[in-house]
Formats: sequence, structure tokens, C-alpha cells
Amino acid sequence: MSIAKGREITISALKYNPRVKGSKPEFVDYKLEETPGMTLFIALTKIREEYDPDLSFDFVCRAGICGSCGMVVNGKPALACRTLISNYPEGKLKLMPMPAFELIKDLSVNTGKWMDAMSVKVESWIVNNEEVDITKMESKVDPDVADETFELDRCIECGICVASCGTKLMRPDFVGPVGLNRVARFEVDPHDERTAEDFYELIGDDNGIFGCMSLLACEDHCPKHLPLQNKIAYLRRKLVSLR
Amino acid sequence: MKINYCDALVIGGGLAGLRAGVAAQKKGLNTVVLSLVPVKRSHSAAAQGGMQASLGNSKMSDGDNEDLHFADTVKGSDWGCDQEVARMFVHTAPKAIRELAGWGVPWTRVREGSREAVINAKKTTITEDADRAGLIMSRDFGGTKKWRTCYTADATGHTMLFGVANEALKHKVDIRDRKEAVSLIHEDNRCYGAIVRDLITGELEAYVAKGTCIATGGYGRVFKQTTNAVICEGIGAAIALETGIATLGNMEAVQFHPTPIVPSGILLTEGCRGDGGILRDVDGHRFMPDYEPEKKELASRDVVSRRMIEHIRNGKGVPSPYGDHIWLDISILGREHIEKNLRDVQEICQIFNGIDPADEGKAGWAPVLPMQHYSMGGIRTNPTGESQTLNGLFACGEAACWDMHGFNRLGGNSVSETVVAGMIIGNYFADYCLENDVTIGTATVQKFLDEQDAYLNDILAYEGSEDIFRIKNRMQNLMDQKVGIFRDGTGLAEAVDELEELLKKTKQINVKSKERVGNPELEEAYRVPRMLKVALCVAKGGRERTESRGAHYREDFLKRDDANWLNRTLTSWPDANQTTPTVTYQDLDIMTMEMPPAFRGYGAKGMIIEHELSEKRQAEVDETTEKMQAEGKDRHEIQHELMPFDLPMNYREKNERAGDK
Repeated sequence: MSIAKGREITISALKYNPRVKGSKPEFVDYKLEETPGMTLFIALTKIREEYDPDLSFDFVCRAGICGSCGMVVNGKPALACRTLISNYPEGKLKLMPMPAFELIKDLSVNTGKWMDAMSVKVESWIVNNEEVDITKMESKVDPDVADETFELDRCIECGICVASCGTKLMRPDFVGPVGLNRVARFEVDPHDERTAEDFYELIGDDNGIFGCMSLLACEDHCPKHLPLQNKIAYLRRKLVSLR
Repeated sequence: MKINYCDALVIGGGLAGLRAGVAAQKKGLNTVVLSLVPVKRSHSAAAQGGMQASLGNSKMSDGDNEDLHFADTVKGSDWGCDQEVARMFVHTAPKAIRELAGWGVPWTRVREGSREAVINAKKTTITEDADRAGLIMSRDFGGTKKWRTCYTADATGHTMLFGVANEALKHKVDIRDRKEAVSLIHEDNRCYGAIVRDLITGELEAYVAKGTCIATGGYGRVFKQTTNAVICEGIGAAIALETGIATLGNMEAVQFHPTPIVPSGILLTEGCRGDGGILRDVDGHRFMPDYEPEKKELASRDVVSRRMIEHIRNGKGVPSPYGDHIWLDISILGREHIEKNLRDVQEICQIFNGIDPADEGKAGWAPVLPMQHYSMGGIRTNPTGESQTLNGLFACGEAACWDMHGFNRLGGNSVSETVVAGMIIGNYFADYCLENDVTIGTATVQKFLDEQDAYLNDILAYEGSEDIFRIKNRMQNLMDQKVGIFRDGTGLAEAVDELEELLKKTKQINVKSKERVGNPELEEAYRVPRMLKVALCVAKGGRERTESRGAHYREDFLKRDDANWLNRTLTSWPDANQTTPTVTYQDLDIMTMEMPPAFRGYGAKGMIIEHELSEKRQAEVDETTEKMQAEGKDRHEIQHELMPFDLPMNYREKNERAGDK
């Protein structure tokens, strides 16, 4: 079967290397032929191999699972690997690195450093004084509660909610929707012994649960469709009573 | 020169590396974990379907135990595995899963009462007892006697990775991402750490440690069509190989998964078939029962993959712009099941192919084709995880060949291996670091750093006409075409020759940007030669091995040849100027096996050239078993008599089960 020639598309990417003297931010246009099912992963890989071996971007799983490839596509943050070119009828895609994170180069930003700091800040782990005896039966968990924990554990730390967040622009130390969701996740986990008071100590301020202005672009853009609106509202209601 | 000193250095921040890092840190060692990417983005996250551990909680897994898991693993490996290691693994797996539960992995739990399930394409009712409700649930996967695969919907690897990474942060393991190990520091047959390139600043620095553990995953990206993440380039194995001392084991043992989606290569989990999904051909016919009447779609991965290609060769593939494929039909499981348990699968189909697999009939069928999926081979180690030739170098997870998978790995055993090996090897590794000091001089460290520095300058000074991306693509296509699912002597010989040529050509390139910082082409230019060395180990090992075993399938040598090939391939690169690896072999000792070689129970019969000792050992095993049973000994005592094994910590203790009497 032969493949019909695809349309010509234009990918315009921001290029800038802050570590090289004299480098200035600029948009560089790449014109290429669209192939069936082409995603930004395929397009950017092609650009690097055939047009510009110096273009930096991050992909790992290229399947929407690892959260590496968040970038701003025509003004909206999205996972590049799940961005289908065919969804852009004009055939023009303008790519920028996500704001709110330290720029490494071109489309690559340092989400890892930010997420680790957030994880430490909200103590993103099970707190439990009892050492589990792993030779014995596991403790039972209500299947519904396990499912509910899993739902909130689906966050992939891609940073899209942070890049979408108006509060983050005003408050550089805001833990972001990702951080608040993380607290909500441990709050529901029966293995975690922390109380509402303990969580209040972690996020009971304007860099935490009381900082959110409820603009909710986070929920609009979350590629995992996490219930950020409900969970932030729930946590705020729960923690405001402790204020 | 910047030297970072630590007690324990772990290279690779996926599940295996992080779990090993936690083990070392908990023993009081100052532990550093280096990772190419933020650790929560590691390829471990892509493991969808689940983790095998013989808990035996749910109805369909009741009665499961280590013995059954062991037998499935050994059969799956086509008797290529180290049975002692397989025993260590199956005994620790239930502990690993319980540890992870305590670390917050939200395992799907047993739900009391009846539910509909699809077994062998028929709706069946399964009823779970009240006393098991709330325990960890398991699902069916290919090649297993019981339903043994524990899961969190279809994002098991993701939740496990976050659980272990969070635990590492809690214990203050020093995790440093965007760091790439480019060579190992060693002196007098002992490894002392690594030369590392910072992928943000481009700087080279030394990490000097008492012990070094490589956990960098597999080498799937030496193939074109692969389910592996783009970072799975086998660099960890390559830098071990480049020491000239460490050896790699069974590199030709490469697994192909039956159901990646076409054309993107993104995996649709084994859980699709485990839960009852079926394979259909161009006529919509379910063809697997024709080839494998007993196991059907759930025969082991190597068998299903080959049957799919065989069926396509018989003219029954579905034509497409990307070549022929097969259909995977999970629509028969019903929308509710898919939207709950196979949601990531549904999302992948929708986003990348515009298909909703829950749609009834043909509209919901997903195009699939076998592609490279898993690397059974890796850095050859002892059961403790230490290299057999380079002291102080450990390896665990997919990067290692310790060797529990032999020539084929069972679904659900890899993600399980990551954490289990992280526990076992992590502790042996930590003990090594506690017992040994750093005795290397800084001048030697400087020499290793200077070598890498000079190498990068050399690359930037190349003025040839070759292109590194084209060389890489050629390597990947060559591996698919000649070192893939079906292999033969002619194709393998051609592959070895051309890979050797490609390796030479990597010095005839021209890197356009001369920057040492943020230069993706420079990164390719130093990685691709290492990938080619790994690819050469795969291809040459495959060329020499004139038999078919597990995933290594030779069309010119169709039988498994226990008489001549019951051994492990070792590849090494003793001289930096060599252009192909040195290949040697290590025999497997039948007389110490708990389970001597026999028929796997699936695939064609009569395809084994037997070893004379197999029958003799089987008679011994039978005699001992009968005698001890008559004396009233239990299964643990009999097992210990047949093949004793050790484990660190309290991992050797018995595993409690709900079904214990």
C-alpha cells in the first residue's frame, strides 16, 4: 500500500541555551511533511535527526506514562508525546518550554529538581511508626479505599498543572496542584498515620492549601484527568477548620 | 577535577536502583543514586500489567506458593536460568510486595462476592470468599499455573516506582538526576566508581565509592521496533563491557512482546490477554487455539510472538501502511472492565490510534505486532549481584544477568525482579561497601577522567562525512531484520559484519555543533559506539548459538540442544581496539538443579536434544523427594535438600499465606 504525501507543517520552536554566552532566545521554524499518526515526539525526533541536531527536548517513554515531555504547544501546556499533529488544522505548532521551571535549554526544563523539592516539602511518603513484618500477611485494605488511593496516585509529576497555575506565578514557593494532590493521596491512604493537624503543618499556609486562587487551569490541562478541583476544595475545607 | 566521594554508588534510578539505594542507605551508608532522567520518569513506570508474587489470596490463585512460581520461571526460561537465583527470587517476591504495600503502593484488593470474568473467551463467574476480602488481588498472565500477577489497575510500574522513589526521598538517599555514567573507574580488578557527565552543564566529574551498582535497565533501543523508552540504550552494560574485565551474560537472549500497538510501538499490557482478550487475524478468526490448543493466547511470550509472525507469513496478517499486523480484541471484556482495569490501554488506543477498544466488534480491535521488549542478557554476576570478574561492581534489575530469566522471561517477572533484586542484591552490595575501603589514588581517578575528556574532544574533532543518526538507524534496522524474532546463520553473520563496519564508521562522523554543553548530537556520538558494542554482543552471541532456546529462535537450528548448549554465553571486550567481542561459555550444572531440563509444556513437542544427565538428575530428585515425603518432611525441607539457597536479611524466612493450614 502506498502512503499519500502528507501536508507540509511548520513547527516553530524556541531555542535558547542559557549556559552559552551570546545565546539569545529565538524561534526557529522547521518545515516538514506530516506522516500518518505523527505526534510531536515523532516530529521533534525527525527534526533533530534531519534538520537541527542541536535542538534539545525531553522524551523518555513517548507513551504518556512518564511525564517527561511537558511543553507549551500553541499557548497551552501539554505532553508532547500525546500531541497529534493532525489535531492542528492550520498545521502550525509553536513550541515553548514550560514556565515555572528552570530552563535547561530550548524545550527542556528541570521538572525533576522542582518535583523532588516539592516531594520533600509535603513529605510525600508514608508516615507510619510501625515497621511492617514482611514475612507475615499484609494488612487488609478496603478495595474501594485502595482504588481511591490509586486514583490520586496516578499523577505522573509532568508539571503541566504547575505550568498552568496562576498562583504559582504570584507565589514562587507554592507547592502547586501536584503538591496538594499528593497530600490528598496520603490523606486517604490507610497505611499513613498522619492526622489533619500533621498535614496542616505541611501545607496550612499561602504556599499551600490557602494559596490556591481556584483558577483551576490545572484541572483543565492535567493529562491524567486527576480530580484536582474536588481534592483541593476538600483539603481546604478540612484544614480551614484547624486554622 | 571534581571528585564526589560516597560509600555506595548506584548508577540508574529505576525500581532496581532505587530499591538497592534504599537498602544501602538503611545500612548507614552514604548512598548516591545517579540517573539519566528524574527517577520517577524511569522506564520502570511503563510496566503496566503487574508483579508476580505467589501470595495465593484470591480464588484463582488459591494454593499458589514458591514452588509453583519457581517451576513456571524455570520452564519459562527454557531451562536457561540459574535455578538458585530463581529460588532466591520466588522466595523474596511475596516479601517485596508486602513491603511495597507498607510503602503505599495501592495494590488492587480482593473484593468479596461474585464477579464476571472472561476466561478462554467465555464468561465465567468467580466468587471471592469473605475472609480473603481486602487482601492483595492477582490477575492472570501468560505462562503461569496460578493467577499470580498483583497489580494496581494497569499502572503497576508507575505506582511501584513512585512508592520506592518516595521511600528513597524519605530515607534521604542522595538522588542526582541528569547524570550519565560514561566509564567505570577501576584498578587491580576492582571497581571504584564512575566518571560521570552532567547532562545539564556538560561537565565531567568523578564519583568514587567503595562499591558500584549498575541498574540502568535493558538495551532495547539497539532495535528499531521496541516497546522500550528512548533511554534504554544499554549504556550501563556497555561501560561495564568497556572495562575489558567485566563480562556480559546471554546478550542474545532478547524478548519480543506479542502486543505492542502499531505503529508507535507502545505496549498494550499482557493484562489484556490475561484478562481474557484474544488475537484475531485478517478474517477475524481467533487463530492461537489452532497453534497452541492448551495455553492459546497465554502461552509464554516467545511462543505467542512467533506464532503471530508465523500466521502472518501464512498470509493471514492484516495489511496496513506499516506492514502486516494482527488484531488484539479486548472489546469482549466489556466496557466496564476496560474502563476500570485497562484504562491506560484504552487511553493509548484512543490517543495514538483513534480507536476505543471498548467499542464492540471490529471497531474496537487494536493493531498489534511483536516487537523487542525485554533484555534477558546483561552484566554477568554471581547470585549476590557481584560481577564474576570485576570486584566491587554489582548489577541488578534488567541491566544484570544474575540470571533468573534464562532465555525467556515470564510476564510480571521483570517488574517483580526489579524490587526483589534491589532488596537482595542491594543488601549484599551494602555489605560489600561496609567491608571494603576506597584505596584508589587520585592520580588514577584523574587518568580515567582525562580519558573521557580527551574522547569527547576527539569526537568533536572528527571531520568525516558519516552521520551518527544514520548509523544509529541502520544499526536498529539491521537488528530488527537479522537479529529479531526469527534468526538464521546467514543473517546473523551479515549482521555481525555490518555492525562491525558501523562501529568503525562512528569515527568518521562530523558533529556540527562544537559545544560541550547541551549538544544532543555529541551525546549520540558517544552513545552510539557503545550501543554498537552491545548490539555486536547480541548478534555474535546469536550467531554462535546454534540451537533454539526460549526467545532465541534459529530457523536453521530448530531444536533446543541441551547436549551442546546448556550454557551461558559470556561476552567481553578485553582489548579496546577489538571490533567484535570475545565470546566464551559457562556450563550449567544439571546435577545441582532442582528441576532438570524437560519439556516446557507449550510450543512444539519433540524439539529437544536431551542431555544425558537430565534423566539421571531427575531420578535423583524423584528418589530424594519420595524418600523425604515418606519420612513426613514438608516441601521446604525437601526443597532445601535438593538445592539449598541463601538470602540476606530475614528474606529466607517462610512466607505466611491465608491458605496456610
